[in-house]
Amino acid sequence: MNTQITIAGVTFQNPVMTASGTFGSGMEYAEYVDLNRLGAVVTKGVAKEPWPGNPTPRVAEVYGGMLNAIGLQNPGIDVFLERDIPFLKQYDTRIIVNVCGKTVEDYVAVVERLGEEAAVSMLEINVSCPNVKEGAIAFGQKADALYQITREIKRHARQPVIMKLSPNVTDIGEMARAAEAAGADALSLINTITGMKIDIYKRKFALANKTGGLSGPAIKPVAVRMVYQAAQAVKIPIIGMGGIATGEDAVEFLLAGASAVSVGAMNFVDPGTTEKVIQGIEQYMERFHVERVDDLVGAVLE
Amino acid sequence: MKKRERAKILSHVEIAADIFEMWLETEAAGRAKPGQFIGVFTGDKSMLLLRPISICEVKEDGTALRIVYRRGEPGTGTYAVSQCLPQSSVEILGPLGNGFPLEAGEGKRALLVGGGIGIPPLVELAKRLDAKKQIAVGYRGSGQFFLDRDLAAWGELFLATEDGSSGTKGNVMDAIFRNGLEADVIYACGPMPMLRAVKELAAQRGIPAYLSLEERMACGVGACLGCVVKTEMVHHHTNVGNARICTDGPVFEAGEVSI
Repeated sequence: MNTQITIAGVTFQNPVMTASGTFGSGMEYAEYVDLNRLGAVVTKGVAKEPWPGNPTPRVAEVYGGMLNAIGLQNPGIDVFLERDIPFLKQYDTRIIVNVCGKTVEDYVAVVERLGEEAAVSMLEINVSCPNVKEGAIAFGQKADALYQITREIKRHARQPVIMKLSPNVTDIGEMARAAEAAGADALSLINTITGMKIDIYKRKFALANKTGGLSGPAIKPVAVRMVYQAAQAVKIPIIGMGGIATGEDAVEFLLAGASAVSVGAMNFVDPGTTEKVIQGIEQYMERFHVERVDDLVGAVLE
Repeated sequence: MKKRERAKILSHVEIAADIFEMWLETEAAGRAKPGQFIGVFTGDKSMLLLRPISICEVKEDGTALRIVYRRGEPGTGTYAVSQCLPQSSVEILGPLGNGFPLEAGEGKRALLVGGGIGIPPLVELAKRLDAKKQIAVGYRGSGQFFLDRDLAAWGELFLATEDGSSGTKGNVMDAIFRNGLEADVIYACGPMPMLRAVKELAAQRGIPAYLSLEERMACGVGACLGCVVKTEMVHHHTNVGNARICTDGPVFEAGEVSI
């Protein structure tokens, strides 16, 4: 059985990664998960300067999932490079750094700093966070803006670039094509779906930000559909995510056209989810005599 | 590796109106310190996240722990937990968080302050803290008492009730002032207005106060950055002006946090 995959020339021991923002920089889960087992750790988004994030409450539970409006709190690239990258380097897993910014220049500054760090295998560009007012989503909801920022980042990036797409768009295929045309090496999707919850006893919004990003098993069918549509639209590889809790969920994304998958909100529910997903994929491959995990990619029967 | 694990429910009783006590058989008990909490999962897949519940007491042999929690409205996670039968089990994560610093109070005059559902963690603290202890706790009314007898076993107890049916009429701060309680260090858990008043009191008297905070939480391990509290200074881990209640706390020295 071969679980190895390759995305933009980078090989991964298996297709299971952590979704950005749900796994810190790996440090927070190192006592719960053998990081050496993971295909990659995708870090929490990092910006040029420290960002304090949004007021609390920042999270709320909803049926089969959760809403968050963290607001991309992060310690900034300096602390990240001094502390988080050396920590992750101790492990035998790939490092993908998620990058956020308010302006194109912000993104480029971080991308350039990361270019000096050989241990970072790929960059994931967050143009899809629904919880900050400037930057991020502003680049991720219009195809021409996505094209421009992708091109600019590609001009400065030393590592292959993954553009992380928002589901809060009319036509995901159009967005995927714009990123591909601008030179993106891969896509990841979906980021969270904008949602809202109201506490009927207090007559208040559950989140201080009023709206937040919905994640967890509740969004999985939407995510599978969008991964399928994006895979139909482009040739570059796709990392699929949205509510993955089990190996079966992961296989569904692979069949829809994802070359790899990320576990997100379910890390919170069971810190052991990533390892269980890896085992589940292996069990599926064994049961159905799948030689290479690659054989599952896009293999849904039409 | 630490992991989410199943714990047997040894007993489960409503000890006051809407207040439930559960004893859980778990290895986590052996590692638990006063002021830490566990994440309790409902077992209902529509309610996925952990419920952070403070550890009330640990059995002497380290094989079981006690949690005391408010049930809440039907449809909430704690309500679902309240439906679990004795001898069945729940899944938990923990112990989580830092806990109360015992060394800060050892050999001194310690004042333990609790309000409502913030009272439970004071039990294990009172048990383990080697100090001259005065314990002030506030309830709605005398029909609502819980854990008062447990606390009385470990220190001098002062009660406050909102309706004046027992102890000092008013809140726990009224009980502290009315009884002229003096201390070298304060430990507190309860509603935010109470914690703010304790912080102010400690600042006036120039003594340290350790406050246990709460906030809506998702991961419980410091990854999601959901449960932050503003800090007076840039925090050493986050590198911004806030700290994670689940891992940097839930207990903070009052001067560290802006509440």
